[in-house]
Amino acid sequence: MTAESVAAPAPPAAGSELTDAAAAEDGRMWTNRLRNKFFGTFPPEKLLPDRQPAYVASWIYVFGVACLAALIMLILSGLWLTLEGPSWYHTTSTGHLVNSIHFWSVQLFMIALVVHLWGKFWMAAWRGRRAMTWITGAFAFFTSIGTAFTGFLVQSNFESQWIAFEGKDGLNAVGAGAWFNVANAGQMLLLHVCLLPLVVGLLVVWHVLLVRKHGVVPPIPLKHDPADELAPGEKVQS
Amino acid sequence: MSFHIVAGSLNNPATYLSWGWLGISLSNLVVMLLTVAIFVLAVLLPFPHHEEDDQ
Repeated sequence: MTAESVAAPAPPAAGSELTDAAAAEDGRMWTNRLRNKFFGTFPPEKLLPDRQPAYVASWIYVFGVACLAALIMLILSGLWLTLEGPSWYHTTSTGHLVNSIHFWSVQLFMIALVVHLWGKFWMAAWRGRRAMTWITGAFAFFTSIGTAFTGFLVQSNFESQWIAFEGKDGLNAVGAGAWFNVANAGQMLLLHVCLLPLVVGLLVVWHVLLVRKHGVVPPIPLKHDPADELAPGEKVQS
Repeated sequence: MSFHIVAGSLNNPATYLSWGWLGISLSNLVVMLLTVAIFVLAVLLPFPHHEEDDQ
């Protein structure tokens, strides 16, 4: 058998109705439309670019990825703590280490997040059709505060009990106690290890995809031209 | 030794600072000032880069 006989099946007749109909049917499939939509919006070179614009060479642009690094450390150390449990992380030296890594990762995460927020606020990072990038970042920030708060509530030590019974009066005073009972350790534990990390993770993925789609926001120019703020290929709406 | 002093101080009740109606724990104040300092440094400090990037 020659290579040609394997690689070159008989071509369909020109204008074959069967082939055209099959192609048209494939084009209508939701898998086809979803794939074309995703890879049209996020071609591989946009998802993982080799280079960034010159203005990104500034320390203030580092804190977004610093948040991601701290978040990865939080997830990994959190998974380890989840697998081993409080009787391990309160009593063994390795448990103390992993517990501390989780604690200091959240300190770094929140500091990097606040510096990232300030940097983006003062450069008006919602310019150039980046409003949803700003909104998803803001929601990720608020959800992170809730995740950190529930984390301090589930340390399973005297400090977590103290925080719960100080916090419950404040939450009851604003009417949130019926849905968010900080004295309910089971509810706080599930919120911290399940629901809130999932929401933060989805918001962060959405946020990063939007950054990749629209590009990193440029500094505010001395002379304003809306076209300068758009990602390459986007058009200014008149 | 200094590490043990710092680690030991974390096991004690927090130190609180008060000015009239305003009260804040020393650790919270340190974190806030540290965050502001990092922001100012991030804006002002030059970012290291290769000279060929300027061309």
